[in-house]
Amino acid sequence: MTAVTSAAFDGGFRQPVFDAQTTFRAIMDALARPGRRVICRPLATAPAPMSPLMAAVALTLVDPETPVWLDGALAASADVRGWFAFQTGAPMVDQPADAAFAFVVDPARMPPLSAFAQGTPEYPDRSTTLVVSAESVEDTGAVFTGPGIETSVLFDTRPAIPAFAEQWQANRALFPRGVDLLFVAADAIVGLPRSSRLRTG
Amino acid sequence: MNALPPTAATVAHDTPAYNFAYLDEQTKRMIRRAILKGIAIPGYQVPFASREMPMPYGWGTGGVQVTAAVLGPDDVLKVIDQGADDTTNAVAIRGFFRKTAGVRTTTHTAEATVIQTRHRIPEAPLAEHQILVYQVPIPEPLRFLEPRETETRTMHALEEYGLMHVKLYEDIARHGHIATTYAYPVKVDGRYIMDPSPTPKFDNPKMHRSKALQLFGAGREKRIYAIPPHTDVVSLDFEDHPFKVQTFAQPCALCAAEGVYLDEVLLDDKGGRMFVCSDTDNCEERRAAGHRGALAGDDISRKDRS
Ligand SMILES: [Zn+2]
Repeated sequence: MTAVTSAAFDGGFRQPVFDAQTTFRAIMDALARPGRRVICRPLATAPAPMSPLMAAVALTLVDPETPVWLDGALAASADVRGWFAFQTGAPMVDQPADAAFAFVVDPARMPPLSAFAQGTPEYPDRSTTLVVSAESVEDTGAVFTGPGIETSVLFDTRPAIPAFAEQWQANRALFPRGVDLLFVAADAIVGLPRSSRLRTG
Repeated sequence: MNALPPTAATVAHDTPAYNFAYLDEQTKRMIRRAILKGIAIPGYQVPFASREMPMPYGWGTGGVQVTAAVLGPDDVLKVIDQGADDTTNAVAIRGFFRKTAGVRTTTHTAEATVIQTRHRIPEAPLAEHQILVYQVPIPEPLRFLEPRETETRTMHALEEYGLMHVKLYEDIARHGHIATTYAYPVKVDGRYIMDPSPTPKFDNPKMHRSKALQLFGAGREKRIYAIPPHTDVVSLDFEDHPFKVQTFAQPCALCAAEGVYLDEVLLDDKGGRMFVCSDTDNCEERRAAGHRGALAGDDISRKDRS
């Protein structure tokens, strides 16, 4: 680990009120229309390996009220941790199950979805929202149906989350408990709320 | 009205006493997080820390907070109350957002990107880019059956909805049909029973697989819930007593529309009355397009509506 540099103090929204609103609408649109690529110009930056759009999503949703978990690649960067502390004031947690938001840049090595907060039967909203890097989003691959999807939608992200189909079916089986995913590419967000059903066979 | 959208600079300059759309950024983030949970769990009531607004409860503070959290300078806002754009409540809320957010406002459903409503869903089908925000007084559909919040939470958690069916069936036993006409309960995506707010049951079918995102805010009760686009919304009923919407014997007296929701309007103090569109924008657009009802020639002031 290295000492924090001035990079932690750079990269916030230039117009916080409007940039957060613009980014939020893209996030909301993505979650309301699962599997659809919602274009969103990144309006912030953060130290590597955090992407600009992931930074904008963090600035839009995260604050001192939301415990944050970072995956190994992010947590290894003192600048990233410093950026979160300076830009959001969010408390950092070591256990995925304690996180309101989790940020993942290395999906291949992330903990299972079941390791994150799933909510309770009475309060299923007390769950983790995972913000996951995607180098690419393809409109092929797995078929999803459910709320927000007119008929069905195909999408696939790279790099893949290990055993994603099995994991997602287990997540959906917990409904209304479960986690929600926001895949973040360079200039687009794809939402996958717990309500989405993976079609099999 | 119809001012240009503001920039950060103009808003900061013109409205130094409060943030864009009134709410501070931390409050907006909290409300936005609740909205996202609501979308992910359709029909589930997400608790949120409702803020004091510069208007009394009952004026739609929950809807106003939801609108404030989603609204941006490029939005065009429409506000309706009982289907009309010109009621005191609707005018006040439109004025509030013109002043605090500088957004353009409209009475035309098709022009609006965000529509805040109390009591009605516009007659014109909504489009994909539109967001419908409901002002909700009592979000818990089970509340009048079970006053304790811990109990209703458990009932939702266990999907224990027998009481609701018993209540509707008692209606049938007493009246020969389900007498509930407003806030008629629905089931969302086959899971949560939800209160559609005090809209007439006439509007329930419009919620089903709507192309628009529907957001619900209850200020006093501190709840936010949502229906994503293309989501199944089914009115509760029984095989031998299927759900039916209200029908009206005559078309609108002003625009001759059929299959729309009509309000009764008193014409004079001798008991004269007529039935006209509740959705004033829909009625005006139809008349502008040349549709004429039986009393279309009469000079009826919309403000006389009871
Ligand atoms: Zn009419």
